[in-house]
Amino acid sequence: MMLSIKNLQAKIGKKQILNGIDLQVNAGEVHAIMGPNGSGKSTLASVLAGREDYEVTEGEVLFNGKNLFDFEPSDRAAEGIFLAFQYPVEIPGVSTINFMKTAVNKIRQYRGQSPLDAVAFLQLMKEKMKLVEIDQSLLSRSLNEGFSGGEKKRNEIFQMAMLEPKLSILDETDSGLDIDALKIVANGVNSLRSKNNATIVVTHYQRLLDYIVPDFVHVLYKGKIVKSGTKELAKELEAKGYDWIKNEAALV
Amino acid sequence: MSKDNQVLEEFTSKEYEHGWNVNLEADEAPKGLSEDIVRFISAKKNEPTWLLDWRLKAFRLWEKMKEPTWANVHYSKINYQDIIYYSAPKQKKSLTGLDEVDPELIKTFEKLGISITEQKRLTGVAVDAVIDSVSVATTFKSTLGELGIIFCSFSEAVKEHPELIRKYLGSVVPITDNYFAALNSAVFSDGSFCYIPKGVRCPMELSTYFRINAANTGQFERTLIIADEGAYVSYLEGCTAPMRDENQLHAAVVELYAMKDAEIKYSTVQNWYPGDKNGKGGIYNFVTKRGLCFGDHSKISWTQVETGSAITWKYPSCILKGDYSMGEFYSVAVTNNYQQADTGTKMIHIGKNTKSRIVSKGISAGKSQNSYRGQVHIMKRASNARNFSQCDSLLMGDQCGAHTFPYIDVENQTARIEHEATTSKIGEDQIFYCLQRGIDEEAAVALIVNGYAKEVLNQLPMEFAVEAQKLLALTLEGSVG
Amino acid sequence: MNTATETSLLKNIIASFNSTKSAEDILRQKAIELLEETGLPSAKSEEYKFTPITKILEKKINWTSTTPASSLSSINSFLIKDLAAYLVVLVNGKYSKELSKIGDLQNNLIITSFSEANASAKATIKSHLETVVKSEDSFALINNAFWQEGIFIQVLQNIIVEKPILVLHINDANQEQVISHTRLLVLLEKESQVSIIEKSESIGEQPCLHTFTEEIIVKESATFEYCKIQNDHGQIHQVSNTTILQATSSKVNTFTLTLDGKLIRNNLTIIIDGEQCESHFNGLYLLNGNTIADNHTVVDHQKPNSFSNELYKGIMDDNAKGVFNGKIYVRPNAQKTNAFQSNRNILMSESSTINTKPQLEIWADDVKCSHGCTTGQLDEEALFYLQARGIPHQSAKSMLLYAFALDVLASIKNENLKTYLDQLISERLHKNF
Repeated sequence: MMLSIKNLQAKIGKKQILNGIDLQVNAGEVHAIMGPNGSGKSTLASVLAGREDYEVTEGEVLFNGKNLFDFEPSDRAAEGIFLAFQYPVEIPGVSTINFMKTAVNKIRQYRGQSPLDAVAFLQLMKEKMKLVEIDQSLLSRSLNEGFSGGEKKRNEIFQMAMLEPKLSILDETDSGLDIDALKIVANGVNSLRSKNNATIVVTHYQRLLDYIVPDFVHVLYKGKIVKSGTKELAKELEAKGYDWIKNEAALV
Repeated sequence: MSKDNQVLEEFTSKEYEHGWNVNLEADEAPKGLSEDIVRFISAKKNEPTWLLDWRLKAFRLWEKMKEPTWANVHYSKINYQDIIYYSAPKQKKSLTGLDEVDPELIKTFEKLGISITEQKRLTGVAVDAVIDSVSVATTFKSTLGELGIIFCSFSEAVKEHPELIRKYLGSVVPITDNYFAALNSAVFSDGSFCYIPKGVRCPMELSTYFRINAANTGQFERTLIIADEGAYVSYLEGCTAPMRDENQLHAAVVELYAMKDAEIKYSTVQNWYPGDKNGKGGIYNFVTKRGLCFGDHSKISWTQVETGSAITWKYPSCILKGDYSMGEFYSVAVTNNYQQADTGTKMIHIGKNTKSRIVSKGISAGKSQNSYRGQVHIMKRASNARNFSQCDSLLMGDQCGAHTFPYIDVENQTARIEHEATTSKIGEDQIFYCLQRGIDEEAAVALIVNGYAKEVLNQLPMEFAVEAQKLLALTLEGSVG
Repeated sequence: MNTATETSLLKNIIASFNSTKSAEDILRQKAIELLEETGLPSAKSEEYKFTPITKILEKKINWTSTTPASSLSSINSFLIKDLAAYLVVLVNGKYSKELSKIGDLQNNLIITSFSEANASAKATIKSHLETVVKSEDSFALINNAFWQEGIFIQVLQNIIVEKPILVLHINDANQEQVISHTRLLVLLEKESQVSIIEKSESIGEQPCLHTFTEEIIVKESATFEYCKIQNDHGQIHQVSNTTILQATSSKVNTFTLTLDGKLIRNNLTIIIDGEQCESHFNGLYLLNGNTIADNHTVVDHQKPNSFSNELYKGIMDDNAKGVFNGKIYVRPNAQKTNAFQSNRNILMSESSTINTKPQLEIWADDVKCSHGCTTGQLDEEALFYLQARGIPHQSAKSMLLYAFALDVLASIKNENLKTYLDQLISERLHKNF
C-alpha cells in the first residue's frame, strides 16, 4: 500500500473542510478525485503536501508505511510526494533550471546521494524536456513569470518528470487549458506512469480523464468521499451532473 | 507564519564570518586629529609640499564644516579625536615582489578568500590590497605595464605619476564636497590609482581589497581611476573588517574620470563588520563615490552589493557632462539586526542626449532600517535626457523598515523620466512552492532573495557574482536544522 | 540656518502679533512661541527646498494684522454654474453673512462661522480646534496664531447631506494688500456623509497672502468628499494645511485642482487611524505664467487593513514650476496595508520645471505599496497618429493634454461640479476640438 488515508479531517481557520476521508492508493494505480466546487478536493491535495494554512484535526495518513504528518513539507517532497499546483507560483529572477537544480540536489542530499554536477543535470533535463515537449528557452526564464496558463501547467509536469515522485497529485491541472495543451500535459503524465508510482488526479471535469484514464474514480462532496467506482462513474457524472450525487448524498 | 519567524530568527543568529584579526605590528599615529597629524601622515608618506598643502586646506575647511544629519540613520556622536588616523603594518623596506611580503599578511588574504599567490597564476584579476589604509601588494603590475596601464597604490602614484595625481585629485569630488570627503582629503593614507591610456581595453579585472585591522583605527582610502579616450576598465572593490566592540570609521573617496568614448565599470562587494546582533560595534561606512562622464559617449556604471557595516552612507553618483554619456547604478543593499543603510545615487544630467538607469534592490531584515535615497537631476541644457529608475524593497519580518527618498528634478522639457518603486515581502506561497519541491526553508529564502536581486547581481563580473550570492545568503542565513 | 531677511520677516510677524490683543490668547501665544523656535522655512529646509516662500513673502508682503474691507458687490462669476449648494462666503478672511446662502438647516447639520456659532457649537469648536493639524509647518503655526475666522461644519450621525457645501474664499486686493488667515473645522459623525467644495478666488493687483487650516474629522463609516479649486487671478500666495483624520471603515475622496496664483503650497495630510478605510486623493495642477504650485501630501497608515490611492498629475507651461512630494507612511502595526501613489508630469516649455519626490516609508512587512512617477512630453507617436488622421497639430496636442488631465476627474461624483471642472480644464488647455 503506497498511500493510506483514514478518517482524515481538516479545517482552515474555523471552517471544517474535510470530514473524514478514507482512501487507499497502491503503486501503479491512477485515482481520480472529482466533485463540485467547494467539496474539498484542493484541500485534500494541500493537506497531503503539507500546506500550513490547514489544520488536521483527526485521522491518519500513511505514506509507504510512514506517518506523513511527521514530515515537513520539503521532506514529504523528498519522500516522493509531488503536488502539481493549480496556481503555480511566480518567483522573479529564479529560472526553472536553477530552481530544479536546487530541488533535485536537495532531494538527492535527503536520500544520501551525491549532488548531480552541471553536466549530469543538463543531460537529465534534456531527457525530461522531450518527454513533456517543453522548450529550453522557457526553462531559462524566471519561474512561471509571464507564462501562459498552458506553459505553467506544462512546467509543472516537467518538474514532476525531473523529480520522479512516487505519488503525484495533480490539482486541477486541466483548468484553463485548451484541448491541445491538455493533450500535451496528459501525454506527459501518461509517459511517466509506471508500476512503481501512483497518481491522484483532482478535477472538476471528466474531460481530462479521457486522456489520463483512471483506475478508480471517487466523488468528493462536503468533505467526504460519497461514491467510488471505475472510469464509468466519471462518464455518468458528466452525463448527469453533480446534482445527482448531491441528491443521493442528501438521502443517505 | 510562526515558522517563518523562527527561520528569520535563526537567520539573525548568523555570526560574522570574517571576524578574526591578524597580529601585524602596527605603525600608528597617535590618537586624534590636528594639523600636526595631517603633517605626520604626509611626512610618513614622503609627500611633496603641494599635497601637504592640499591636505591642510582640506583639514581647515573640515574644521569649519558640520557633520550631515539629513540621512535616515541614527548613531551616537563620533568623537573624531578618539580615532587613530594612520596605522600601517610595519614594513622594513619597500617591497619588490610578493615573496617579500610578510607571510602573516599573505595568510590574511588567504583567509579573506583572496590568495595573492594564487593571483600570480590566474589571469583573471589583478589585485591591490590595502590593510589599515596602506597598500601592501599589487599584482600583475608588469603585465599591465606593457599596455601602458598604471595600476598601483595611491602613495606610489604620488611618487611616480605626480602630474596625473595633481591634475585629477579632487577633480570629481572636490575637498569641499561634503564633511566626510573633506575629512578624507585631509587624512587619506593610501588607496588605489589606475590610469588606462587612450584606446586601451584593460584585459583583466582590476581589484582592490580593503581591510581594517588595527583597533580604534579609521580607514580613509582614496581611489582615483582615469580612463582616457576610448579606454575601458572594470574595477572591483571588496572589503572586510574584524569584529570589534567599538565602532570604526571608514570614510573613503572614490573618483572616476571618463574621457570621450571611455567606459568605467566599478563594482563593490561591501562586507565590513556590521556589528553583533545586538547592534554593538560595526563599521560606520561614510563613503563618497562619484564618477564624471567628462567626454562625449562616455559611460560609468556602478554596481554595489552592500551587506556589511553598522551604518552605510553612500551615494555612488554620475555627472553626465559629455553629450550622449551614460550613467548606471545597480545596487543590492541588505540590512539585518540593527544595521542602518542610507544609500542610493545621483544622476546629474548636464550634456545632451544623456541617459541614466537606476536599479536598486533593498532587503531589510531583523530590526534594521534600509533607505534608498536618490536624485535624478535634468539640467536646463540637457536636451533629450532619459532616466529609468526602479527601486524595490523587500521586507523580512515586521520589525524592520524600508524607505525610499527619490528626488526627481527636471528643468528641460524634452526629458523623459520614469521612476517606479515597490515594497513587498517574500510570499508564503513562494516558500511553500519551494518546500513542495524538496527545497528547505533556508535554501528557499536564499533562492528567492537571489532571484529578487538578480538584475543587479548579473552586472557583477563573474569572479564576484558567486561571492556576492553567497554573501547575500550568509547575511540573511542561519543554521536552520 | 536663517538668513538675515528670513529673520527680519519672522521678527515682523512676531512684533505684529505682540501688538494685537491676540497675544492674550494662550493657544495663539503658544503657536507664536513655537514659530519663534521653528523659524520660517529657509532654502535648506527639506520641506520647502524647491519653494522659496520666505524669500518671496519677504519681498512681496508687508506684514500687518489688519485686513482691508472689500467693495465687492457681486460674486456670481465665482460660483459654480447649476450647482445647488449651501454657500458660505468669506471675503478677505471675514465671513460675509450677506453673500452667504445657507438657508434654514435641520438640526442634524450645522454650518456656521466661528464668530456666529451658538454656545453649544462654540463648545464643540473649542474642544476640536487644533486637535488634528500638526504644528510642524511654520504656516500652520502662523495660522494658529493669527486666524481671523473659521467655518464649522458638523454632520450628525447617520445623516447624508445631499447638497454639497461650497466654501468660497475671495481675496479682494484691488485697493491694497490683503492678508487672510482662515480655518475650516469639519466633523462627520458616524455613518454620515457630506461633500465640501472649497474654492479660492482672488482679484486685484496688490499682493495677497492667505493661510488656510482645514481640520477634518471623519468618524466610523462616514464618507467625506472634498474638492479644492484654486483659480486665483490675483497676486496671491497661499499655504494650506489640510489634515483629515479617518476612523474605521470611513471613506475619503479628495480632489485638488490648481490653476492660478503666484505661489500655492498645499499640505494635505491624511491620517488613517482605523481599519478598513479607503482614501482616494487626486490632484491636477495646470500651471502657466510664473506660477509656483507645490503639493505636499502625506498618507499616514497607522492601522492595518486600509487602502489608499493617490494620483497627481501636472502640466507646466511658460515659466511655471511644479513641485510634488508624496509621502506614504506605513507604521509598524499597519499590516495588510495597500497604498499606491502615482505622479505624472508634462513640461510644455523651455523654462518650465518640475521637482518631484515620491517617498515611501514602510515599517510593516505584509503590505503592498508602490509609487510611480514620470516626467516627459506628449507621446510623439500618439501626436503623429492623430495628425495622420487629419487633426491639426495644435488640436491634436490639446486633445492629448486634455486626455492626460481628465482621468483624475473620475472620482468626482457630482455631475454639475464635474462639468464645471471639465470646463476649467478645457479652457486652460485650449481645448478646441
